[in-house]
Amino acid sequence: MKILAVCGMGLGSGLLLRMQVEKALQRLGMHADVTVADIGVARAMAQTADLIVTTRELAEHLQGVKPKVITISNFVDLEEMVRKLKEALQET
Amino acid sequence: MIPEEAIRVGVSAPDWRAALLACGEVMVNAGIVDPPYIDQMIATVEELGPYIVIAPGIALAHAKPSPAVRRPGFSIIVLDSPVYFGHPENDPVRLIIGLASPDPHSHVQALAAIAEMLSDDSCRAALFDATTPLDVRRVLRSFSERGSCA
Repeated sequence: MKILAVCGMGLGSGLLLRMQVEKALQRLGMHADVTVADIGVARAMAQTADLIVTTRELAEHLQGVKPKVITISNFVDLEEMVRKLKEALQET
Repeated sequence: MIPEEAIRVGVSAPDWRAALLACGEVMVNAGIVDPPYIDQMIATVEELGPYIVIAPGIALAHAKPSPAVRRPGFSIIVLDSPVYFGHPENDPVRLIIGLASPDPHSHVQALAAIAEMLSDDSCRAALFDATTPLDVRRVLRSFSERGSCA
């Protein structure tokens, strides 16, 4: 399982997303490789990812990519991440 | 990585651009970045939208590593009245965390600690309620010592 955390610059929000995804996976008792990608390289990196986690604004730049895309609005709310990740992983 | 002079409270700004300008000026004064970084932070939002609004009321203002970054560092700005970035869920913003790093790694540990602090309900509330820079310092100290601000 490979998860891509996509943000604008690969510096701020993407790192926060990766931290939250890792915490959420731990809570769910699951494992995955979580990689941060900025929006410039995300489309290319999406080729080899199973799931993309990003924001609603940035998801608009990723339309048509192969993996499922989930969007997070509150980056400090672990419950939102756990819920959305769980739903997505059940489907894939 | 949060210098004394990089904390400002009661900042008034009429809109998000002015708020990011204030945030950037504080980072310049603290020796974290050179002035071009301010425009780069504003351009980030103009190009990619309000995705830097990472939680209700909170923006993580930053641009990518550039020659305008002198050293890794953060600023904390509490606005006296909130501004709108155009984010569908997290507007309006009262707390701005400014971030700069010369590379993708130097700031990671400090950013993780700040995120943990913002995840704590009591610390987040105490930051929103801060009326002096000393209040913000107390929140930072309280979280690092006790993991809570209750």
